Amino acid sequence: MIELFRRLVRLPPGASSFADGVDRLHAALLASTLVVGLFLLVVTVRFVVRHRRKSDAPLTERVASSRRAEAALALFVTVAFVAFWIVGFAQYGAMTAPPADAETIYVEAKQWMWKFSYADGRSTNDVLTVPAGRPIKLVLTSRDVVHSFYVPAFRAKQDVLPGRFTVTWFNATTPGTYPIWCAEYCGVSHAAMFGSVVVVPTADYDTWRRSGPGEDAIARGREVATRRGCVACHSLDGGPAAGPTLRGLYGAARPLADGRIVVADDAYLARAIVEPNADVVAGFQPTMPTYHGILEPAEVGALVELMRGLR
Amino acid sequence: MTAIPSQTFVAEETSIASWVFTLDHKRVGVLYLFTLLALLALGGAFAMAIRLEHLGPGETLMSPMTYNRLFTLHGVTMVWLFLIPSIPSAFGNFLLPIMVGAKDVAFPRLNLASYWVFAAGSVVVLVSMFAGGIDTGWTFYVPYAASSPTAVPLALIGIFVVGVSTIMTGINFIVTVHSLRAPGLGWMKLPLFVWAIYATSVIQVLATPVLGMVLVLVGLDHALAFGLFDPAHGGDPLLYQHLFWFYSHPAVYIMVLPAMGVVSEVIPTFARKNPYSYGAIVYSSLGIAFVGFLTWGHHMFVAGLSRFDAGAFGLLSMLVAVFSAIKVFNWVFTLKRGAIALGTPLLHVFAFLVLFFFGGMTGVAVAATSLDVHWHDTAFVVAHFHFVMVGGTLTAFLAALHYWFPKMTGRLYPERPGAIAAVLVFAGFLLTFVPQFLLGNAGMPRRYATYDPAFQGLQRISTVGSWVLGAGMLLIAAYLAWSLFRGARAGDNPWRSRSFEWRTPSPPPKENFVRPPRFDVGAYDYTRPLEGEDE
Repeated sequence: MIELFRRLVRLPPGASSFADGVDRLHAALLASTLVVGLFLLVVTVRFVVRHRRKSDAPLTERVASSRRAEAALALFVTVAFVAFWIVGFAQYGAMTAPPADAETIYVEAKQWMWKFSYADGRSTNDVLTVPAGRPIKLVLTSRDVVHSFYVPAFRAKQDVLPGRFTVTWFNATTPGTYPIWCAEYCGVSHAAMFGSVVVVPTADYDTWRRSGPGEDAIARGREVATRRGCVACHSLDGGPAAGPTLRGLYGAARPLADGRIVVADDAYLARAIVEPNADVVAGFQPTMPTYHGILEPAEVGALVELMRGLR
Repeated sequence: MTAIPSQTFVAEETSIASWVFTLDHKRVGVLYLFTLLALLALGGAFAMAIRLEHLGPGETLMSPMTYNRLFTLHGVTMVWLFLIPSIPSAFGNFLLPIMVGAKDVAFPRLNLASYWVFAAGSVVVLVSMFAGGIDTGWTFYVPYAASSPTAVPLALIGIFVVGVSTIMTGINFIVTVHSLRAPGLGWMKLPLFVWAIYATSVIQVLATPVLGMVLVLVGLDHALAFGLFDPAHGGDPLLYQHLFWFYSHPAVYIMVLPAMGVVSEVIPTFARKNPYSYGAIVYSSLGIAFVGFLTWGHHMFVAGLSRFDAGAFGLLSMLVAVFSAIKVFNWVFTLKRGAIALGTPLLHVFAFLVLFFFGGMTGVAVAATSLDVHWHDTAFVVAHFHFVMVGGTLTAFLAALHYWFPKMTGRLYPERPGAIAAVLVFAGFLLTFVPQFLLGNAGMPRRYATYDPAFQGLQRISTVGSWVLGAGMLLIAAYLAWSLFRGARAGDNPWRSRSFEWRTPSPPPKENFVRPPRFDVGAYDYTRPLEGEDE
């Protein structure tokens, strides 16, 4: 059924765990639109046929709606629209909440290419390799203007902003190669900002990952933290220092100097490294310099992986 | 038929200066109308060029840079210079004072100034786009707009100036409706077009200053590296998107509410029938104007909004759809037990109803947040907003142009080519934009100079559709130009409408009324004959 619907309205194959739900909602909305549209068409044509003007200047009776009818109509459409919203927003909620066990891949967009960095430091351009059947979380940022990471086959899209880290995730279901397009206008070669997601079986993926640099993510994170001087102000063992310790940070609720409380997830930590004074943790001075343009995305990724390992 | 009255607002004075410095709201309306028609033709020509380029998947006629400039020219011209001012500035200016029984708007000099400010702003925008070439799209998203090697600041200044003119017109209409209604003309007796223009004016006055502020800030970012929106200088691009859509979403209602006003006039006249529920149409207009301010975030579901924000904006957007649905049902049921004549304005209104219904329902679809993730920034959204803005505003503009043509000129247009053109415009529009829904489903992003060859079939249908649509528009231009000089005399009230603007000679004399207007028969009362009618 869903495959037939996809072919009718030209949807690409559904290759992620979201696709079926989203396409069913699409079908339900389209069907109710057509039914109500047909009803209105029939009513209109009936009125026009029955009440065509016959003489030149007739007077007509006053016909007025009842308050009850108007209220019933308002109630009916409100209930219908809110029902669509409830289903759609529940799906949106799932689409924007990566599961805890998702593997993180860091995405950097620039005019006009995509760069994908894995936690172990391996990086690729324009080709994103992911395993089938495992959740993948993307942490995205841009080096220049706003881009948008769009994989039609996954029904997934997330804007990629300079100076910010955004997060999206998917669980690819079917091995294959699917296009990635940039969906936010980004300059003269916007239409050429093309990439591919290659979904491979889990075993192949693991083999491919092992064949890479092979470094342990945490070891690489330690190396970066030492080389880039992070350890001068952040202890790795929970001890006191000028800045917060990196141990136990990942996933913790952090009270900020301005009273808000944030959860130190991937996006927060990545941003805190690159733009440290945006959200200062309560009890610390905003003295850390920005690392925007200094750290490579792969290095930011390695540091976040280190913090994840220091739980 | 009766002769054209000798004392008309056109015949009274004929010097060029009498038009350039006119304080007559009708002449200001006519100046606006001709300017807007020229801008519509220009924006339409850009659209035809865009469609032509997409006949083939690669570079067909032009380089990607040229294409990017063209879609920017098309969007900026149509949105800022045509759709936003269209119905209020042309028809609102001409008709609103007559409909409230006044001799003119409250501030005639401000009204004249608004026209010339608008003309100057339009010239600046067009010159900057032609001379410098702007490729940012009509949305000017930063940081691209702040770094794009084009003449962005000059265009922003032009749009700022156009915005000032919009505010002037809005204030003028609000004050006119509040203070110049004829004795006995209470709020709930006002023609529905007046209510629609009033609600629009409120949005214009409240929202446009925010646009002006944003444009100044982007200009500062561009010229002085101010850094408010550019992260390279510590700024935030999302802040720009919030501020931009805070104006530009209500701007959609600035475009579509006046169109709804036109529909609410044409249906009662051609069905000779009172509106099914006057109150429901009035209150839903006000509801749309109010809730329209609270929905801007639905342009940003994938931009990095918090989940809570996205949900709230999605739910509030549904409210706009509820008000719109109430209107659609009331318009259709106004036909019930009427005496329906299928004149050209009514045909355009039927096109409006179909296109607005599908535009609205696809709006519901994108407000159901999860679907928007797939459709955002694709051809689907392009089709959706063209259904609302062209299918809604442009068809209503065409309906208004035909409906009030006898009012403004004293002449009739020929019905047969009118009906043919209405069918051509409707069919051409569907042929152009239905394929774009499917292209969006397939994942074709918008603002792409080139595209995947797999999309060529649908792209070609869309391009052929644009030719049908263009042919319909040219036909309208041809017979209206002919009718302007050769059309049959219309008499004062060719549609035998009860609406107030038809109770004065057509075209009206300089001060609108020969005798003081009377409103004892309501604007939609078809149960008894009008004074002087032989019924």
